[in-house]
Amino acid sequence: MSAVIEMQGVSKRFGTAIALDAVSLTIRENEFYALLGPSGCGKTTLLRVLAGFETPDEGDVSLDGKDLLAIRPNRRPVNMMFQSYALFPHLNVFNNVAYGLRMDRVRGSELEARTRDALAMVQLDGLEGRRPNQLSGGQRQRVALARALVKRPRVLLLDEPLAALDKKLRGQMQMELKRLQHAVGITFIVVTHDQGEAMEMADRIALMRDGRNEQEGTPEELYERPASHFVADFIGDMNFFAGTRGADGVRLETGTILRGHGDAGAESPAWLAVRPEKLVIAQARPAHAEDNALEAEVVDISYSGQHLSVRLRVPEADALVLAKVDTADPNVAEIERGQTLWCCWPPSASRILPRESYSEVRENE
Amino acid sequence: MPESLRRALLLGPGLTWLALFLVVPTATVLLYSFFERGTYGGIDTILNIENYVRAVDPLYFGILLKSLRIAAVVTAVALVIGYPVAYLIATAPKRLQIPLLLLVMLPFWSNYLIRTYAWIVLLNREGLINNALRWLGLVDEPLSLLYNDTALVIGLVYGYLPFMVLPLYASIARLNPEIREAATDLGASSLRGFWTVTVPLTRQAIAAGCIFVFVPSIGNFITPDLLGGGRTKMIGNLIYDQFLKARDWPFGSTLALILIGVMMALLFLQAWFVNRQMRHG
Repeated sequence: MSAVIEMQGVSKRFGTAIALDAVSLTIRENEFYALLGPSGCGKTTLLRVLAGFETPDEGDVSLDGKDLLAIRPNRRPVNMMFQSYALFPHLNVFNNVAYGLRMDRVRGSELEARTRDALAMVQLDGLEGRRPNQLSGGQRQRVALARALVKRPRVLLLDEPLAALDKKLRGQMQMELKRLQHAVGITFIVVTHDQGEAMEMADRIALMRDGRNEQEGTPEELYERPASHFVADFIGDMNFFAGTRGADGVRLETGTILRGHGDAGAESPAWLAVRPEKLVIAQARPAHAEDNALEAEVVDISYSGQHLSVRLRVPEADALVLAKVDTADPNVAEIERGQTLWCCWPPSASRILPRESYSEVRENE
Repeated sequence: MPESLRRALLLGPGLTWLALFLVVPTATVLLYSFFERGTYGGIDTILNIENYVRAVDPLYFGILLKSLRIAAVVTAVALVIGYPVAYLIATAPKRLQIPLLLLVMLPFWSNYLIRTYAWIVLLNREGLINNALRWLGLVDEPLSLLYNDTALVIGLVYGYLPFMVLPLYASIARLNPEIREAATDLGASSLRGFWTVTVPLTRQAIAAGCIFVFVPSIGNFITPDLLGGGRTKMIGNLIYDQFLKARDWPFGSTLALILIGVMMALLFLQAWFVNRQMRHG
C-alpha cells in the first residue's frame, strides 16, 4: 500500500514544553491508524499539525507526496471530527453537514444529494431539520462524522471520537467506524488514550510518549512484541520481574534465571515481562525443565466470566503477579486463597526488556 | 415561616421601590400629558389631547426623527468599532484579557460631563487636533470639528462604546474555539468563517450591545448641548427645555412618553427579529 501521509522529524514546542519531538511516521492508503498515548503525549498536537491548526517548528509533512504544510488549513484535503464535535449550534443537521460543500461552492441538487448521502451513511435520515441541541450525544457524533466525511477528504482526522459516549454506545460506534472506513475507503487517523479502543479499531498504532513515537506497529506487534517497558505496560496487562540480563534470560536477585526473548545488553538491568493469560498455575513444579517456574501464594481470586483473575504474591521476585486462568481449566476449582502454588510459563511467552529509567522502577513498585 | 410570607418579604422591598420610583412617576407623566399648561407654568387639570397633536408638528417631529437618525448612526459606528475590539480582547491570551477590559471600562471612573468637556478641548478651533493638523501642515485653516453632528456622534460613541464592547466580549469569549476551527477545516476562509459562524453565534450580544448604545444615545441631552452647540438639538434637549425653560410640563410629559413609546416599539421589533432568526437558522 502506498503512503498517504509522511512525517519527517516533526517537532513542536509550546514555550518550554516539548509537544512533539522529531516524530516520523508513514500512514498508508486506506489505513485505520491510531495515535495512542497518555494525555500530554503529543498525539492531539500531531493531529492538529495535520489539520493545519498548529505549525511545526521543524520537520516535513507531505500528503500524496506534496508539501502539506504549504497548504492553508481551509484548503487541505483533510477533514477533522473534533472531540467536542464542534457542531454549529445555529444551523440544523442538514446545514451543518452541507456547510463544507457550500464552502466549495457546491449548489442545488448536487448539494442536496451529497448531503443526504452523507446523512444516510450515518443513519441520520429524517433528522435533517433538527438543531444540534435537540439531538442525543450519539446523534451529535454522527452529525460530526457526516459533516467531516461529506467532502470526501483524503484523510479523516478523529480526535477522541468515542470519549464522550457511554460505554455501550462506544462499543457500537467502534464497529460503526470500522464499517464506515471500509465503506468509504478513506484513511482514518484516530487519536485516543484508550488502548482497548485503539487495539480493536486500528490497523496500525503509533504509541506516543513525551512527544516521541515510542513504537509503531499492528495491534498484534505491540501486544506480543513490545519494545519497551512503557509499551508493554500501556498495552494490556503485563507482569514484570526485575533482574539482570544474563546469558539466557533474566537473573533475579535470588539467582533464579527466568528465560525469555528480547534485547537487553549483557549484565545490564532488565525486565522479564509476561502476559497474565500466558501464566499457567500448577499444584506441583512442572516436569518441563525449560519452563520458567516461580512459587507463589494466592492473594485474591475474582471471577469475570471467561476467566478467573488470580492475584499471586511471588516472594522470590518480591512482586505481585496477575494470572488469567481459563474457567474451563479443570484445575481452576482447586485454587483457593492462601494456597501456595507454582506459576509457570514457557520462555517463548516472555519478553526481556531493558530496565533503564528510575521512573519505570517507580511505576512498578 | 410560610412560603407565601417568605416570598412577600423577599419581593417586598424591590416591588415597593419599583412602585414608588417607576410606576408612580410614569403614571404621573402619563396623566400630565393629557393636561394643559397653566398660565404661570403650573398645570390646569383639563383633559385633552392637544399635546399629542402638537407633538406631530414637523417642528417637533423632525427633532424626534433626527434623534433617531443620530442614535442609529452612533449605534452603527459603535458596533463597527466595538466588535473588533471585543473580538481582539476575547481572543487575546487569558492573562491580558482582564487588563484590556479594565482599559475599556477606565473612562467610567470619571464623570460623564468631564469626559465630554475633554472632547471640547480636543476638537475646538485651537484644540489639540487642529493644532496638530496645522503643525503637520495638513490644513491651513483650522477645521470646524466642534458644534456639529459629527462632534455629537463622536461624543456619544465615545461615551457608550463600553456598553457595546462588554456584551460582545462576553459572548465571543464563550464561543468554543473548535467551532471556528471546524469552519476553517471545512473550507471557510477567515472572513467567511467570521460571517457564517462567529456573527450568527454572537447575534444576541450584537442586539444587546446595540440596545445598550441606542437607548441612552437617543435620550441624551448633555452631549448635544456641549458638543452639538445650539444648532444640534435632540429629543432629550427638547424635553429638558419643556420642563425647565418653557415650564410646559404637560407637553414635556407628552414628548417623554412618545420617546418611551418609540424605544419600546424598537425593542419589541428587535426582539422579534432575533427570535425569528433563531427559529429559522
